[in-house]
Amino acid sequence: MKKPTATTGLKWDEPLLWEKGQSGRSAFSLPARDVEQFAVESGMEGKGPDFPDLSEPEVVRHYTRLSQWNYGIDAGLYPLGSCTMKYNPKINEAIAALPGFASPHPLLPEQFCQGTLRVMAELERFLAEITGLDAVSLQPAAGAQGELAGMLLIQAYHQARGDSRTKLLVPDTAHGTNPASASLCGYQPVAVASNDQGILSAETVAEFMDEQTAGIMVTNPNTLGLFEENIMAIAEIVHEKGGQVYCDGANMNALFGRVDMRKMGVDVLHLNLHKTFSTPHGGGGPGAGPVCVKQHLEKYLPVPRLMEKQGRFSWSSDAPDSIGRMHGFYGNFGVMVKACCYILSMGAENLQKVSELAVLNANYLKERLKQTLYLPYDRLCMHECVFTDKNQAECHVNTLDIAKRMIDYGFHPPTIYFPLVVQGALMTEPTETETRETLDAYIAAVEAIAKEARTEPELLRQAPTVSRLRRLDETTAARNPCLSG
Amino acid sequence: MRYLPHTDSDIAAMLKVIGAGSTDDLFANIPEAVRSGRKMDLPPAMSEWDLRARMEALAAECPDCKFFLGAGKYDHYIPAVVTNLLERSELLTSYTPYQPEVSQGTLQAVYEYQTLTARLLGLEISNASMYDGASALAESLLMATRIRKKSKGKIVLSSLIHPSYGQVVKTYFRPTPFEITFLPALADGRTDVSALADMDDVVAVAVQSPNFFGCLEDLAGIGSLVGQTEAIFVTCFTEPLAFGLYQPPGTQGAAIACGEGGSLGLPPAYGGPGLGMLATKMDYVRRMPGRVVGKTTDANGKEGFVLTLATREQHIRRARATSNICTNSNFCAIAAAVYMACLGKIGFRELARLNYDKTEYLKQQLRRAGMALPFGAPTFNEFVVKLPPGFERKHAELAASSGIVAGLPLAEWYPDLADHYLLCVTEKITRADMDHLIKEVSE
Repeated sequence: MKKPTATTGLKWDEPLLWEKGQSGRSAFSLPARDVEQFAVESGMEGKGPDFPDLSEPEVVRHYTRLSQWNYGIDAGLYPLGSCTMKYNPKINEAIAALPGFASPHPLLPEQFCQGTLRVMAELERFLAEITGLDAVSLQPAAGAQGELAGMLLIQAYHQARGDSRTKLLVPDTAHGTNPASASLCGYQPVAVASNDQGILSAETVAEFMDEQTAGIMVTNPNTLGLFEENIMAIAEIVHEKGGQVYCDGANMNALFGRVDMRKMGVDVLHLNLHKTFSTPHGGGGPGAGPVCVKQHLEKYLPVPRLMEKQGRFSWSSDAPDSIGRMHGFYGNFGVMVKACCYILSMGAENLQKVSELAVLNANYLKERLKQTLYLPYDRLCMHECVFTDKNQAECHVNTLDIAKRMIDYGFHPPTIYFPLVVQGALMTEPTETETRETLDAYIAAVEAIAKEARTEPELLRQAPTVSRLRRLDETTAARNPCLSG
Repeated sequence: MRYLPHTDSDIAAMLKVIGAGSTDDLFANIPEAVRSGRKMDLPPAMSEWDLRARMEALAAECPDCKFFLGAGKYDHYIPAVVTNLLERSELLTSYTPYQPEVSQGTLQAVYEYQTLTARLLGLEISNASMYDGASALAESLLMATRIRKKSKGKIVLSSLIHPSYGQVVKTYFRPTPFEITFLPALADGRTDVSALADMDDVVAVAVQSPNFFGCLEDLAGIGSLVGQTEAIFVTCFTEPLAFGLYQPPGTQGAAIACGEGGSLGLPPAYGGPGLGMLATKMDYVRRMPGRVVGKTTDANGKEGFVLTLATREQHIRRARATSNICTNSNFCAIAAAVYMACLGKIGFRELARLNYDKTEYLKQQLRRAGMALPFGAPTFNEFVVKLPPGFERKHAELAASSGIVAGLPLAEWYPDLADHYLLCVTEKITRADMDHLIKEVSE
């Protein structure tokens, strides 16, 4: 690649919403008033919120312009490691927007909701089948809430046995939310170091695992993109001391059709519907984080639970051992519809192929780029691989510079400085929906950047140059927070 | 498969680069003993045609009905502008804005959402969203314990907070030694806070307004009462449109205002996704859960936006983070911002007024028909009515025969309130709909 491919295009500046409009405008029409006005109790009435008044074209242009400053998966490669930014099928959006799915009120009598309930029941069954576990609750609204649900289930299990354990093992290659979820559940997270192969060793786990420890939270594949090969032995050690095994299944897209979580010794696992089953992330959510459990934990699942009797579905909160409710209603139904559509459009064979191609793409990138970027763990990887800036350090160019320069080449940068166990990490996840040509173009861009690091390092330190804004001052933003206008 | 681009020759060439014989070889690190060894039992892959037909059939099982239901989800009209703008894939298919230079659209939209939310709730700052109203309340109460640096004590909730929210709070507090206590209701449908005076070790007091019965609480009165103690005053809501007409919680002593923002441009979608809103005072910003967007400048001095105060968050503070929330309801927050922008000050106020007047009309007509409205406190777009004994059967018949859902029976959540129903009216309910309901109810 000779020169950057991103061009500047038309770059609008767009003021803040309240710097536009004029008092007296409105982009909203009210239905005809068919009732008279009634008095409001004196003293309680307010003035209404201080919102700007804009016309419809002003609102449309404002958000259209803002949207043009965003990079989305529909625009190009989004290789954020552990985020699984794959292409989101358009048909799923159309289906989730069908009035029969978008408009039911959650407290309608069940007779009006059999279709929505059937979607949920089918998704529960699919997820149980995909993970090899027995029971599923779709209620958690995101992966991290699924983690919390899982922790609460484990805690409820121990408590029912009269066992109050205080600690929880969390490997250093786990997702960042894991220690926070453990802590939110009252457990003291104990960091367990991965070995020189980038995975957990059974011996290390054995050292830490005791009768005060509730269990372990393993991310598998872990955030180095590596399969935890010793998982069976680890699970045995944990179980032997009475602990439970939690698997963070956020990276499940690498394993479709390959593994059986039950055989791995997993007792509870959460999935990220928005990653693994291709639901758009909307710039930060909503997602959905169902929990899948083995039978012995089923009675602790959140209420209400979905029940089926003679082909009719209903909700039941009759579960005295349940950890309780986690969501105002039943979870993020709109996200569930899309995940269900995705599974239905793939089927078992294509889902298995998803994992093969995700792993193929990641290993292809790893092999092609390991001469250019330093690869701390030169092993077969799963759906993602982690490089570092070690090769570029001698030119005084770091991970951030490399990442920002990628923007000039028209690519979204990978996840940077994560996982924390690797210094200067560039965690790259291409996903299965990317073509070989796209990967080749990305590889060429990285090679060109590495060459620039040697010959013109200032280009990297100044990057990005073609984006609408240059590097943003995050330090000042945190020191003097300005959070509203 | 149309989402998978690889040809056989692509695969062969890539395997060659890797030095693997087949794609199976790429999974060599998975021990034999944990392999599934069988094909997943899932329905065969569907074409787009078949998928659409199948899902349309399921959607059709949810018939269009007229529901007088609120109770935490309110069916408001969504302007076409909101739906249309949210179809822009740059907004829909982007990720959490970790690279601000290519995410300014999301970042500015969320900064504007935070500002509109703070103005709506009468507080200084808002976060970038939580999952839903229930988890926002639970997280707000955990936040109160951090503000007061307490590891035990009482968390006092009004029994007129949405019952599901109370249950979610209990779930979140399960692992903690905090004691959850409920305040009873007064005869007028508001919370009886008199017990507060005799309570020790109260860390937080939470009240919902409008409450589950649609009644406006005397927030200013409760606020000044709580203000005399050490406790943090948390207010929640399920219907933010009420603040188009009534005074917002922040001007009445609330230290944290939180709740469900689904009213602002989101479809009911069978309860989710929703929008957890959370606003507070600047003093408490470092105790606040969730993401937050801040204004800054770039290397050329141009104004721009970034995710900020990340040192409170899970990916940096890990076990000591203010919460574990990572993915939130960003897209729903943007929907709410577009909705608020469409309505503006004038539209928001007029819409709130219309919802109020329609509800008052239904109340008036029910009273005229001889029905009892047991709670005298002012309400916003929903209220409780006592219907004749035996209406339960009529309630079911009405639903079955004409698709009219005449409110929510309250006995399930409040056993003392047999024959009481929570009725909700939004701008989508016409006078004719209400007259029809009154006729059915009075027969």
